[in-house]
Amino acid sequence: MMLTTDHLDRDRDRDRDIGSDSNGDITSGELAGKGTFAVFGGAVVLGALTWLPSGSVNWARWVIVTILAYIIGTYVVSRIVESKRHATDRLATAVMTSSFAVVLLPLVSVVWTVVERGSNRFDWTFYSETMRGVVGEGGGAYHAIIGTLIITALAATFSVPFGLFTAIYLVEYGGKTRFSKRVTGLVDVMTGIPSIVAGLFAYALFVLVDGPGHRSGLAGAVALTLLMTPVVVRASEEMLRLVPNELREASYALGVAKWRTIAKIVLPTAIAGILTGIVLSIARVIGETAPLLITVGIAQGVNYNPFSGRMATLPVFTYNSYAFPTLPRDASLDRAWASALTLVIIVAVLFTGARILSSILKPKGLK
Amino acid sequence: MSDSPQATHAGTGSAVESDPNAPVDLPNRIDVNDLNIYYGAFKAVADVSMTINPQSITALIGPSGCGKSTFLRSLNRMHEVIDGAYVEGSVVINDKNLYGPGVDPVAVRRKIGMVFQRPNPFPTMSIADNVLAGKRLNSKRLSKTEGAELVEESLRGANLWNEVKDRLDKPGSSLSGGQQQRLCIARAIAVSPDVLLMDEPCSALDPISTLAIEELMLDLKRTYNIVIVTHNMQQAARVSDRTGFFTIEGTGKPGKLIEMATTEKIFANPAMQATQDYVTGRFG
Repeated sequence: MMLTTDHLDRDRDRDRDIGSDSNGDITSGELAGKGTFAVFGGAVVLGALTWLPSGSVNWARWVIVTILAYIIGTYVVSRIVESKRHATDRLATAVMTSSFAVVLLPLVSVVWTVVERGSNRFDWTFYSETMRGVVGEGGGAYHAIIGTLIITALAATFSVPFGLFTAIYLVEYGGKTRFSKRVTGLVDVMTGIPSIVAGLFAYALFVLVDGPGHRSGLAGAVALTLLMTPVVVRASEEMLRLVPNELREASYALGVAKWRTIAKIVLPTAIAGILTGIVLSIARVIGETAPLLITVGIAQGVNYNPFSGRMATLPVFTYNSYAFPTLPRDASLDRAWASALTLVIIVAVLFTGARILSSILKPKGLK
Repeated sequence: MSDSPQATHAGTGSAVESDPNAPVDLPNRIDVNDLNIYYGAFKAVADVSMTINPQSITALIGPSGCGKSTFLRSLNRMHEVIDGAYVEGSVVINDKNLYGPGVDPVAVRRKIGMVFQRPNPFPTMSIADNVLAGKRLNSKRLSKTEGAELVEESLRGANLWNEVKDRLDKPGSSLSGGQQQRLCIARAIAVSPDVLLMDEPCSALDPISTLAIEELMLDLKRTYNIVIVTHNMQQAARVSDRTGFFTIEGTGKPGKLIEMATTEKIFANPAMQATQDYVTGRFG
């Protein structure tokens, strides 16, 4: 008996000495929050050393070396101080955090650049005047904002009912029938349509009806509808499938007809998610340039009538001001950036609006 | 494993034998004749014939997968909500065959309500709206006072009124599990059905809530014809007047009604050996 205990004690001591995971010991070293920060700081310094000798800041190299050094450093330090399992855990955490940071970088960079350069013309004139008769400095994008709003609203009026009804068919009626599988397949194909092809299709369609050289906001809206509908279908389908079947059955068991169950139980339960999906799909098409360039063109003044004539839109206005600047060049470029900033603001407002609306409409009991 | 001599003796007789107090000749009696229930090509329940008496509680017991829930769902045509599911045979109530030509399943479900295993109040609606859901969704216009009366009456009927009367506008999902289940019962009785089907209504609840629901069932049976599926044999013994035992020979085989009799007889002195084995816990 004595001998066995002695043996165990010795084992335990040895385990503690090397801080291993070996059975018998439940303690191990711990890399405190300060420790990980120290590793990160070391990685930053190491990254800086790669460009310091040359004297000029090389951001890309700095970031890459820092991230790699951080990931490897965390693992090695944790392996020494803590244990193998902790080290693996920290390695996975470091890889995921770094990936997130890498993905976030372009987003921050885009927003920063757009806000910085767009703010030059972030003034009242830009939002109240058009480009009619403007040569050189001044002018605004009022006409382009109106055009974008009209065309996007039209596209949404077409694609939301189409998309929502298709989704309702697929989830509530289609089931596993062959037709419903084909529809799902076609929706997938539609998601992959290049936007320029959608634009050419809409243009060809209106040329067939109206003759060559047709340009109108409606044609643009049709092109955008083609791009937007599959996104609405997909998003609504997902949301409708999330509605528990028990709720449908509860409604049927009360003697409620199927269409009423869908309209009064299923849709209200899913509406928050569907709204978010619709806003996402609007955000997807509101920045489309190529199809609008073909179908709508560009105008210098405001055109409230989407059924005939060219219209200006923010993406095309941005593209035009940037690709074909008038003199002085800087005034044109500033307008392009301000227009891009406006587009970002519209999308941000839409998102915030949808968030607020869906939190109001969300079923109260669901977390 | 001592076989009771009575059981062996009675086992030679007919499996589904009539008992002294059945069938009663009152409205809302359900007569099931040779019911076969299918999921596509799969036969889930075979050749069930039984009489379900009004103003009583009928319990259906049996092992998992024996088709008792499927059978229950076929009593108000909820079975066919599933793709490819259909039924052969007849279910007759008040001289009408539920599976006869021209019968509207939606109308059937207004007459035969159902309470499910898991409480499922509508998450978009308040407590009061949940109770009124059946009426409102069937596009009945209710005045405010009518609505309020129906809410109180139904919630009182479900023994829930005192607990929720001060928060009728709160979401139904804010209640506890047992309260939610009673809310679902209130919702079911608000459309004033003739029959109430309950599919394991207490299996997701704690003993106290279970007791509340069982007392409620004993109250409700004065007005409604209640059929309950349960896994809990004590529950069947406590609340039901008559009990039917379903079982299945093996996976892939259809479930069958083995025996139906007064609850007393099923638990004390069943006619069939299989029933005896099941109620005494000697099953498979």
